[in-house]
Parts: sequence; structure tokens; C-alpha cells
Amino acid sequence: MKKKFPFHIIVFLFPACFIYSIFMIYPLIDTMRVSLYTQNLLGENMDDSSGVRAFIGFRNYYDLFFNDTWSWHFWNALKNNLYFFLLHVSIQTPIGLLIAAFLSNKELKLKNTYRTLIFLPAMMSIVIVGYIFNLILSNLWGIPQTILGVVGLEDLYQPWLGLKGSALITVSLISIWQFVGIPMMLFYAALLNIPEEILDAAKVDGSSGLNTFWKIKFPLILPTVGLMCVLTYVGNFNAFDLIYAIKNIYAGPEFSTDLMGTFFYRTFFGYQHQLGNPTMGATVASTTFGIILIGVMIYLFAFQKRITRYQY
Amino acid sequence: MKKLMSLFMTFVIVTFTALPIFAGTVIIESWRNDDADAWNDKIIPAFNAQHPDIEVVFQATIPAQYSASISAKLEGGNAGDLITLIPFDASLKLFNRGWLASLNDLGGLDNYPQVAKDAWSTDDQSDLFGVPMASVSHGFMYNKDIFKELGLSVPKTESEFFSVLEKIKSDGNYIPLAIGTADTWAISTMGFQNIGPNYWAGEKGRKGILTGDEKFTDDHYVSLFETLGKWSNYMADGYQAQTYPDSQNLFTLGDAAIYPTGSWEIFTFSQNADFEFSAFAPPTRDGQSNCFIDDHTDIGIGLNSKAKNPAEAKVFLEWLTGAEFAEIFANEVPGFFPLHSHSISVNDPVAKEFISWKDTCDTTIRNSYHIVGRGEPNLESVLYEVVSGVVNGTVTPAEAAERAEASLANWYEPHQ
Repeated sequence: MKKKFPFHIIVFLFPACFIYSIFMIYPLIDTMRVSLYTQNLLGENMDDSSGVRAFIGFRNYYDLFFNDTWSWHFWNALKNNLYFFLLHVSIQTPIGLLIAAFLSNKELKLKNTYRTLIFLPAMMSIVIVGYIFNLILSNLWGIPQTILGVVGLEDLYQPWLGLKGSALITVSLISIWQFVGIPMMLFYAALLNIPEEILDAAKVDGSSGLNTFWKIKFPLILPTVGLMCVLTYVGNFNAFDLIYAIKNIYAGPEFSTDLMGTFFYRTFFGYQHQLGNPTMGATVASTTFGIILIGVMIYLFAFQKRITRYQY
Repeated sequence: MKKLMSLFMTFVIVTFTALPIFAGTVIIESWRNDDADAWNDKIIPAFNAQHPDIEVVFQATIPAQYSASISAKLEGGNAGDLITLIPFDASLKLFNRGWLASLNDLGGLDNYPQVAKDAWSTDDQSDLFGVPMASVSHGFMYNKDIFKELGLSVPKTESEFFSVLEKIKSDGNYIPLAIGTADTWAISTMGFQNIGPNYWAGEKGRKGILTGDEKFTDDHYVSLFETLGKWSNYMADGYQAQTYPDSQNLFTLGDAAIYPTGSWEIFTFSQNADFEFSAFAPPTRDGQSNCFIDDHTDIGIGLNSKAKNPAEAKVFLEWLTGAEFAEIFANEVPGFFPLHSHSISVNDPVAKEFISWKDTCDTTIRNSYHIVGRGEPNLESVLYEVVSGVVNGTVTPAEAAERAEASLANWYEPHQ
């Protein structure tokens, strides 16, 4: 007997596919379409209410990568964003891992309290975090030089958020402080998943605590570490809110804290007296999408397949 | 649920009965909800005293949403008769799309200087689509108590200005200049555009940039950047991270002596500061005989091309060009000055000080708005960048001049 076509699968898949297509896939494709057009910003000789749009092929992309007006901002934002990501991976992930390792120690008291306290900032509104740090680091209203002097740190009395060389690092550290709880939670959960028998066996074999961690626990949670890196990568390249809250869309001083997100915002919506350029904004958005896509692909094909998974 | 429903019905009924809009009513669209009382209690009644047959309604939107909402309303054909306009390109766009009527034949336009009309005219000045309403002036506010305490007098020239700053600095109790560079627009607008007209000789220099006769690499622009660079010696510690609200607070708390600013602060400052303050005009350069101040066109008003009552609206617009409106507006909204050519009596002492400069000094507008404010990148945002860089000490004056010029050369023909 011929098998009946499984219509019920289509019926069940339809709502999710429909909503996903309308709200995710269609806007994504249309953004790419719009990025191939140009638009008269002053509204002269408008044919219709949406404004004249002329097809120009890949010229927006050419301008973005090679024309000085745009390319300086683009490469600057990309460079800053990579730096922002590297700082996160090299500081946030190890600290998260360290805290998780401490928390998974059975003898530790007040474990839940620490866990909650460390995770708390991640639940706070970014606007509040940005505002508080702006005040703490302000030379006018923040920690005064005299207090720093008591502990011999007068030299640290600097406008860290206002200096070109330190602003991006400062913003990154604020972001790391806020979100260090997320890798901590993931690693903690992964560490708890490791069966007791394995650890007991290691103990019986005479493995020291540090040795057990590096030789047994770490390899077992490596897939989680990889996953965390990808999540950080995607999150960092979509970052916008913290810079917006602390440094505004100008991402000062002199665009030294500019990320792809703030660059996109300025391009698409315009700012103060600069009219927004929707088609160029679409180009920036598509490029950002491409960058994230490439990064995730590299992870999926080059790393994830090679990470050994252990069954237990 | 029932309660919610009845609440909603009450809301609907109240809204519809509170605004009896009938034929013959002129509706003014505006973002200035701060001024609603001035319009409803003073300006409109004064107009009705002369024209009792025309009903005028002032309808304000939240400022941040104004541009978007007015475009949508004009496009949908349900905007009010009169549209309050921001200066230059955003409004020019509305006119180019045919949503604003040309006002060339309106009576009373001779009451305004040409520079005021530029903000709401096409580039070739063939069409005017907005009646200039108000401007804001730049200058320096100072704390009178601190000046008295330190025995300082108001500086007239630049060298006097810097010696005053030096004295405040050596006294050590107060911050000489309340301004920072974290908000780049603030240092650019309240520094560069504030003292700049004295360097580029007002309108002459502004037009020179438009025609390409003057370049930012010319000596007077470079020395302007140099002067601004010297300001940083007198700003608060960590000025690189000091925002515009920080500067406002420093001044109103009485911690800072001088605040480079604009007249729009008068209203809030007179409510927040518990000391006496006044203002002085941008100090002239040494050896300069005439003076120039920035009197920037800020608010205009245009006629919807699909207005329901164009004739009545025009009567109202003509009345706006007269002395009576100018007088009421200047006093009800201190710090925003009517753009009329004739002199106006104002009661607020600080506003009076600002207005008095216009008798002796020539006025101009910010040099980065008209025409050169529209390219990619526009001059205004480039200036934000280079001015803050110069004050931070990360950009030299010569580099700043070159970068500003290069950005214009990038898209603006007269500079290529």
C-alpha cells in the first residue's frame, strides 16, 4: 500500500514557518535588496511617496569598503568590534569559568548567594548600568581623587571613558562585568552534569584537584565553552545598547567606541542634522549579517566538528 | 472590564468635546509643547482681539516624534493648516515634496533680514516656504557672585577673556569654564559656533564657505581652532568625559564661573540657579573694531499646501510678521528671540542682555547648516569631530582645518 503523504507535518510546521518567514526571512532578504538601491535624500523630483530609488548594483558596498567617507567609519567600527569581542572572549570566558569552578566546589558555603549576586548585573537594565558607570567614572561626580589617594592610586584619577585610548577598553570591561554571570551559569550547569563516578575514580587514582579540573572536567565542558564563544561573538557584533547608553550614537571620543551597531544606527536613522540614508543603512546591516554568518560558519565547520564529545 | 469600558468612553467624549474643531479653524502643528501656555493664553487671544472671526488652535506633538509625525500627517493629508518648521533641509524636503505652499506673496516679509529667511527658502531664494519665527543666540553666561568675589570685570576682548580665566584658575576655588567634550555637539556648537563669527567676519565668512572663496585651511579658521585648543587649560578635570548636562550642573551649582552657551538656557537657568547670573557677548579678537554674534534661526512656520482654511491661515501668518507678536513671543518665551528686524522690548534681564548685542554687532547663523549641512558627511558632524579632537588635544588645529576642508571637497563642488 502506498504511504499517504504526511499532510499533518505541513500543518504543524506551517505556523512556525509562516511567522519566521514573515518576520525574519522576508525582512532579511528585503534588506539585502534595498542595499542595492540609492535614494534622493532631499526628496527632490519624487515620483511616489516612498521616494525615488534607483538601482545601483553593488556601489553601496564598494563605497562602504573603499570610499573614504564611509570606509573609514566601517573599518574603524569593524576593528573596534573585533577588539570588543576579543576582550570579551579573553576576559569574560576565563573569569566565568573560574567562578563556575569555584561554585562547583562542594565545600563552598553560601554558594547560592554568590551565584545570585554574580548573576544579578546581567538582569539589570543596560541603561541603568551605563548611567551608574558614567557616574562612578565621572571625574566631577564620581570617585574623588582624595579617596584614590588614600590607597595610593591618585594616578588612576582619569576620565577613562573620555580618553581615546582607554574608552573602548573601559566600555568592554563594563560589559564584561555585567554579563560575566551568563558564561558562569552555563559552565556551572555543565560542571554539575559531570557524573560523580568519573570524579570519584579520578580521586581514587590519586589525581590532584587542579589536575582533575584540567584533565577531566575541562575537556568534558569544552563544547559548552565553544558554544559560549559563539554566543559572545553574535552578541558582540549585534551590540549597540551599552555604547548608546554610555557614549551616545557618536560613540566618542572620535568614534573610538564605535561598533557595527552604532555605525548602523547613525547611517540608517541619521543624527542631529545628518539625514538618514536607508539604503546605505541596509548595506551596513547586510554586511554585519555577513560578518556574523562567516564567524558562525568558521566555528561550525572548523571547530565544532573537531571537539571530541564524551558520552557518559 | 465594564469599568475600563466606561473609562474609555469618558475619555472619548472628553477628547471630542474639548476640541471643538469646526470649519474656519486654523490649526497650528508644533513640537514646542513647552510654549503651549504662551500660545493659548497670550498669543492667540492677542490675535483674536484683532480677528475675532478666526479660531486658532495650537496643537503640539512630543518633540522627538515631530519630524516623523508631521511627515506622516502631511502625506496623509490630515495635517493642520500651519506647520511649525525646523530650519533648512528637513523643511526644504517637505517643500520639495509639494506639501508646503510657497509664501512669496505674503505681506510683511520685509520685516525680516534675508539671513533669517534663508533658513526656509530654496537654495536659489526663488521660493520662501516659511515665516521666520524665532532664533537663539550664542554667548557666555557668567556667575555674577563669583565675578564679584574675585573682583573680575566682564571681558570685552579675547586677551581680557583669557586673563579672566587665568585669574579664576589661579584662585583655585572655581572651575573657570563649564564645558566638556563628551557631547561633541556641545563643544562644537557652544564653542566653535559661539566665538567663530568674530573670526570669519559673520555673514561674509559664512557666504565665503558657501561660494568656495574661503576655505577651512585659511589662517583665520586655523587660529580659531588654536584658540579653542587653549580653552582646555581652563576646563574641569576630566573634561573629556564631561557631558552637556554635567556642564549645566556645574554652572547652576555655582561651581563654575563661565559657561559658553546659548540663550535657550535662560528659562531653565533662572529657575535652577540660586545666584545672580548674566551674559556677555563672544569676546572680540584683539584689534577687531566690529563684532559679530551668532543668532541662529531655529523656529519657522509654514502653510500646508492642502490647508483647509488657507485664507484664514495667511491672515494669521501676516499677523505673525508684525511687532505685536514679536513683543509677546519674546517675553513669554525668554531666550527665543523673534527674528523681526525692528527692535523689541524684553523684560527678562538676561534675555535683554542677549538682545542688546544685536544693536552693536552684526548677526549671522551657524556656518555649517545652510546647504553645506546636507552632504555625506555633512559639515556639521565633521565639525563636531574635529572641534572636540582639538580641545582633547588629539587633533592639531592644522589637521582639524584640513579634515573639515577635505570633507567638503568630498561632495561640494565649490570646494573641489
